[in-house]
Order: sequence, then structure tokens, then C-alpha cells
Amino acid sequence: MLDRMFPHGIEHYLTGGLLIGAGVALLFVAAGLVGGMSSFFPAVLSWCVPGPAFRRAPLLSSRAWRVAYALGLVVGAALFVRLGGAPTHTQVAPWRLLVGGFLVGYGSRLGGGCTSGHGICGLASLQRPSLAAVVTFLATGMATAQLVARLGIAP
Amino acid sequence: MKTRVALVALLGGVLFGCGLARSTMVSPEVVLSFLRWRDFGLLLVLGGAVAVALPAYQLAPRWMKAPPFGDQFGRHAARLDRSTLLGSAIFGVGWGLCGVCPGPSIASLGAGNLPTLWALLGIFAGAFVQGWLARPRAGVAAGLSADRTSA
Repeated sequence: MLDRMFPHGIEHYLTGGLLIGAGVALLFVAAGLVGGMSSFFPAVLSWCVPGPAFRRAPLLSSRAWRVAYALGLVVGAALFVRLGGAPTHTQVAPWRLLVGGFLVGYGSRLGGGCTSGHGICGLASLQRPSLAAVVTFLATGMATAQLVARLGIAP
Repeated sequence: MKTRVALVALLGGVLFGCGLARSTMVSPEVVLSFLRWRDFGLLLVLGGAVAVALPAYQLAPRWMKAPPFGDQFGRHAARLDRSTLLGSAIFGVGWGLCGVCPGPSIASLGAGNLPTLWALLGIFAGAFVQGWLARPRAGVAAGLSADRTSA
């Protein structure tokens, strides 16, 4: 049963999750900041795009630490690879990455969160709307991935 | 204070990025195989992360009046409304198509997964268009939902 649910084992998933949680917890306990990742994108856009949507006070006041946080993500992943972890190189087609990415960017900003914002921060603050968001994107994500596979679209 | 906050964010990000690489979530193939029910490991990633973040979020504000490097403990301000559900549904469709969500799209660069730059570009474009379309309604109902600072 476990072998079928987790054909690649469970240890790296669990330890990876604990590390992610530690990063989110550190940011909150030390600085009181709620570290979802999708706000990084409008935060960067606020430097280069005029217009009220990217001029909101919460965005402007948080953009500096959001960029530092994102930089940490790159450094952390690079450190892991440096220390012997396997680098990854996706085979997923560029058009899927681009179109899927667009929907991810649009949807996460409209919905106020992504897998980290609603999934980790939202659930950790026991927010019912975040639970609804997580259930929703898991459902549409699973439906889409299975439809795409069934249509024979690969890689 | 600002420098210290940035350093804390950097360190938090390093742990987060390490975790994303360790859990192999930086690989879209792993995410897609989860969404196709071939490997349920990502549930353990989410569970492990929440298992650490939950006590921190619940206990820190009870034990301390304010965080050491901040004025107050923030809140993830989510509301159960049409935008949250519609946005999450759209997010899920994109996630199921490409297997990349915002955190891994950034961490991937550190893991040497350069093709995910396409996803990064797409996410920027999507966030841009969302902000652009939300503009006419800003200040009314949409302004409030657009003011979520957390996610």
C-alpha cells in the first residue's frame, strides 16, 4: 500500500516539507511576516510598472523582504545541489510552462495565494478560506493534469 | 531594522529553497505525477511544512507581544469569496498544465532547472495582467481582495 502510494519513498518528502515549514516559521516568529510566494511577482512588478494595482501600500512596504526571501529560495536550492543533491532539468514543453505559468500567475493573484500562501501560511493560521482554496486548486490541478495526460500531451 | 528583516527573510528563504530542492518539488515531473495520483509524496511535503508552521503561527503571538525584528505578527488575510475560489481554480488549471507553482518556479533557478524560466516568465505575465484588469474596480470590492498582502 505504502509502496504504491509513495513509489519513491517518503523520507525526502518529509524532510523537505519540514525544511520548508522551518523557513516559513522562522520568517513569522522572527519578523512577524507571512511568507507566501505569489506576492513576490507583483512586488517585483511594482518597481517597473506604473498604475494603482502595483502601488498599494502593503505591496510597497513588503517588496524589499519579498525579494530577499526569493533570493534565499534560489540560494537554498543551489546550496542543496552543491552539497550533493541532484540537479533537475525538466522535459515539460516550454509552451506548457509558459501557458501554465500564466494561469498560475493570474489565478494565484486573483485568489490571493498559492500553494505556499494558502497551503502553508493559510492552513497554519487555521483560515477556512485557505482550506477552501487548497481543496479547489488541488481538484482543478488533478483534473487538468489527468486530462492533459489522457490527451497524450507529453512531455 | 530593515536590514535585519531582509536577512531573516533571506535565511528563511534559504531553508525554504533547500526544502523545495530536497523534496524534489522543483521538478515539474514530480508535481505532475502527484496530480496524476502516481505518487502522493507532495501531501507529505505539505503536511511536514504545516506541522512546523502551525505551532509557530499559533504559539508565537501568544508568547510574545511582538516579534524580535518586527512591530507585530501579520495575518494571512484570506476571505471566502468568488475571487478566492475562481482564482484558486484558475491557479490549479495552470498548475496541472505545467507542474510549477510560484515557490518552485523561483527555486528551480538555483537547482539548475533553467527551462522553468518559461514558467517564471508566464507567472510574471499572469500577475501583470491580473493587476491590470483589477485596476478599474480598484477601491471598491476588488480593491479589498487585491489588498491581501500575504500570499
